[in-house]
Amino acid sequence: MEGSSAEAALSVSANSIRITDVTQDGDVLTFAIASQKLNSSAGVCVFRMYEDFDWLQQSLFSEENLPGLQGIIFPPLPSKALPSQSNTQTKALKQLGFLALGQDWQSYCKALEFYLQQVAAHPTLCKCKALDSFLINSESPGKQRGRKGIFNRLSQAVEEMRKESHKDVDNFFQNERNKNTNLAASSKVATEKLLDVVMTEQKLAVACGHFATSLHLCVNQDDAAAVAFSKVCLKLSDVIEAVKRNYEKVASNNLSTLGLGLDLESRYQESEKEMLFRRTCKLIELETVRKGTEKAKANKREVMEAFQKAVEKEFNLISSVAKQEIERFHSSRVKVLKTFLIGWCELQLNTAKEFAELYSQHLEACRNMYSE
Amino acid sequence: MAASSERSPPPFPDSEEPELLEDSDEGADAFTGTSISEMDSPSPDSTRPTKDIFNDPIEEIFSDPLSTINSEPQKKVDTKIHSPSSDEAVDLFSDALDDDSEVMSSPEVQNPMPDLLDEPVEAPKSDVLGEPPVHKNAAGQQDVLEDPPKGSSKSSSVKKAASAELFDDDEDEEDLFKETSKVVTKKPQPSGPPVDVFTEVKSDVKVKPQVKDDPTDLFTEEALTAPAPKPSASSSSSSRTNGVHSEEQDLFSEATVELSLDSPLNDRKKKDDVKPSVSAPAATVAGSSSKASSKTLEELEEEESEDKFDLNISVTNPEKVGDGMNAYMAYKVSTQTSLTMFRSKTFTVRRRFSDFLGLYEKLSEKHSQNGYIVPPPPEKSILGMTKVKVGKEDHSSAEFVERRRAALERYLQRVVSHPSLLQDPDVREFLEKEELPRAVSTQTLSGAGFLKMLNKATDAVSKMTIKMNEQDVWFDEKIQDVENEEQHMRKLHVMVESLVNHRKELSGNTAVFAKSVAMLGSSEDNTALSRALSQLAEVEDRIEQLHQEQASNDFFTFSELLADYIRLLGAVKGCFDQRMKVWQRWQDAENMLQKKREAEAKLLWANKPDKLQQAKDEIAEWEAKVTQYEREFERISATVRKEVIRFDKEKARDFKRQIVKYLESLLNSQQQLIKYWEAFLPEAKAIA
Repeated sequence: MEGSSAEAALSVSANSIRITDVTQDGDVLTFAIASQKLNSSAGVCVFRMYEDFDWLQQSLFSEENLPGLQGIIFPPLPSKALPSQSNTQTKALKQLGFLALGQDWQSYCKALEFYLQQVAAHPTLCKCKALDSFLINSESPGKQRGRKGIFNRLSQAVEEMRKESHKDVDNFFQNERNKNTNLAASSKVATEKLLDVVMTEQKLAVACGHFATSLHLCVNQDDAAAVAFSKVCLKLSDVIEAVKRNYEKVASNNLSTLGLGLDLESRYQESEKEMLFRRTCKLIELETVRKGTEKAKANKREVMEAFQKAVEKEFNLISSVAKQEIERFHSSRVKVLKTFLIGWCELQLNTAKEFAELYSQHLEACRNMYSE
Repeated sequence: MAASSERSPPPFPDSEEPELLEDSDEGADAFTGTSISEMDSPSPDSTRPTKDIFNDPIEEIFSDPLSTINSEPQKKVDTKIHSPSSDEAVDLFSDALDDDSEVMSSPEVQNPMPDLLDEPVEAPKSDVLGEPPVHKNAAGQQDVLEDPPKGSSKSSSVKKAASAELFDDDEDEEDLFKETSKVVTKKPQPSGPPVDVFTEVKSDVKVKPQVKDDPTDLFTEEALTAPAPKPSASSSSSSRTNGVHSEEQDLFSEATVELSLDSPLNDRKKKDDVKPSVSAPAATVAGSSSKASSKTLEELEEEESEDKFDLNISVTNPEKVGDGMNAYMAYKVSTQTSLTMFRSKTFTVRRRFSDFLGLYEKLSEKHSQNGYIVPPPPEKSILGMTKVKVGKEDHSSAEFVERRRAALERYLQRVVSHPSLLQDPDVREFLEKEELPRAVSTQTLSGAGFLKMLNKATDAVSKMTIKMNEQDVWFDEKIQDVENEEQHMRKLHVMVESLVNHRKELSGNTAVFAKSVAMLGSSEDNTALSRALSQLAEVEDRIEQLHQEQASNDFFTFSELLADYIRLLGAVKGCFDQRMKVWQRWQDAENMLQKKREAEAKLLWANKPDKLQQAKDEIAEWEAKVTQYEREFERISATVRKEVIRFDKEKARDFKRQIVKYLESLLNSQQQLIKYWEAFLPEAKAIA
């Protein structure tokens, strides 16, 4: 039984996981998650709240019979969205970044969907029973371990300061840590800056909208000259309206592709950082144990040596898992970023072409009006 | 200007000479500007070769403006200080005029001419033929009647005196130039132009007395022949150049030739016989003038100012001259034209900002009373200029300079695109003359600005007190429209400003994003991804440039356009106010007439024949005034109406042009974007 479940892993295909719908009831968002069974064409649809996602994540963190769990880079779960506070835009933005944007939590859903896909596609994590029950059971899984994660993070933050700068024994990991620190920082900055750009584009779109509407005020049918001027104003209004749509489109392009991509990248980097940190903690633990063993008296030495060996074994296991994970992560993140970049570029290109066409039509119309 | 105050004692040349010169100038312009062929056709039978005709303008350009400049500031003074004397000389009709009309008198005198000349030339329609001029003549008549007899007898001697003074002025002028030339660093030979002016004035002096005999003809002719039917213009002009003019100097010959468009059967020798009778037609015509004006009104509305004149003005090379708080910006004003009223096809002068303001002051003083919309120049910005003066070469001061440069360019273009303003000698002088005397009134802006504010305040008060019962529905609606429009424009301006600010913000954010992407790329391990990211950073940098360009496009095409129109609408409102003032004067005169009539009735009743005659005289006088003011009101109404119609048309055209420009820029930036993305796409795809 156990063996078969471990082997059979997940009964749905990772790529088919979709968040098809989201409903908001007060403060609670309920997501409809659809997926497809591997061995049949039957689809499964379940309804989950954020708490369920959190439960899943915590279950993954505390998976018991997984060796080298601490070396795994867990797919990052977006932090909780608080719909009732989302009208205080700045707060939501600070907390969620890009995920707070977009209509009807679209980008948030996208991020959750991506999270589930990543978990399901992960070679180790997909075997986790929690995921299966999360995706298939129509009943909501338990919420008992909801708080624990936050406590973990807080304690980590304190320790982090102390252990972050600990010198690594392994050059590979030392390098990786350095790079990760850089990348995490710069991807975060890039995400924030892109967010600024998108926000400004949206503001610009709104400003264009206001301008276009105000232009309608100038319409006056009194006499020939006024009518001519009104025509001009209306034309301009159309043009500005087009500019507005252009910006909206560009903003949503930015948001749906590069924005999400960078956001994911930055959260993944954080996740890698956490993994590296866990490993560093283990390393520090090992070093203390070693020191203790050296200093230990003869009678205790054997116990200590056994303990040291156990820790060493665990550390080595973590390190090897971590190495694999890092490699996997690098190749996958490059792929993911590539798809996002390409998608983004294509979207922007299409938008640019579409509006170039539109503008030239307007220009033509204006020139014709000119000759009237 | 010490010289001008020196000149002030003889009131006659001041009040008369500039008018004559300007008037005839207008004629010359209108003529040379619009119909070259006509100018050529009479010339063969005149003894002077065509070459002279082309030379002449140069001389007049040099000579007239000088005299007018010199008298210009003085005229201002004149209306205040010497007003009793000059008024008496100019119009005997108006002894008991209020201040308002005193100020009005001198421009009035000038104005009939340009109008007269413009209208027939622009709209030579057979049915209204002589009528608009007649109507104008009636206004000009009084001057014609009063001035020439005295003026012509004295004018030659006076003229000599005046030109002698001109002479002196020139020397002063030269000094002035030398002084300024120290400041203006880039002038290669600053003493050159003044010397030229000098000699030219000399030559003028010789000729003028000769010419001076004509002014009377000039005026009477126009008065006499106005009602007459009009044959083909070319034949009349050739018949007119019957040797009398052959010896004449530039301005007057041209002016009279121009006049001949309306006056075919003029014979110079008849003038004296005709003169007495002139007043009669004028009086009778006065009644019909209202009809005529209403008739022409429709035509004015129809009238398309489609005559595309070829005049390109650009303001370039803003340059800081001097240091410290005395520093100022000088701009290169380049004109390119094929109009013959200018002495060459291309010419360039350097002007400082206060010169532009000075031009506006001159123009608005002359033309806004008559209901013309004088385009206002950009406002003086103490803050912006101080920044420039302090010499900070930062972005905002560069932007300020560019903004002002563009605003000045648009301002000048608006001025010259106005058919009447283009004819103004000050405009030509501004465009052509090497050195301008410093515009004194604008120098101390705070003082002038304060006065203006005071004027505006009093205007506002009088506007409140004047309750005009508007009979003309058109005006009623238009005034309301303009009011609304101004508000809309203001609102739009705010919108565009915020749009521009957002664009600037976007461009800033894009730049920052580009930097962060570059950072990300540099810390990236995967070479292909790193490369792609740094490419992306470049793309974003370029996009930032695009945004910046677009921001300035938005700004210059819309924000500045709207700001211009807000100012222009202010000028339009000024015209309406001016019209109202004239109306008020008419009403006041009407009331006064009523009172006089009542007084007469009382006298009749009291049977006091000794005072009766005086009362009758007064009534006659006031009746004349009422008719005159009424005509003036009609005239200004017609002008304002014409101006507003023109303004509306220009506005629609202007906005259209800007939209096309804007769309072009939008399209251009989209095409650039397409290029950028197309270049980037393979990079993204190359990520392994």
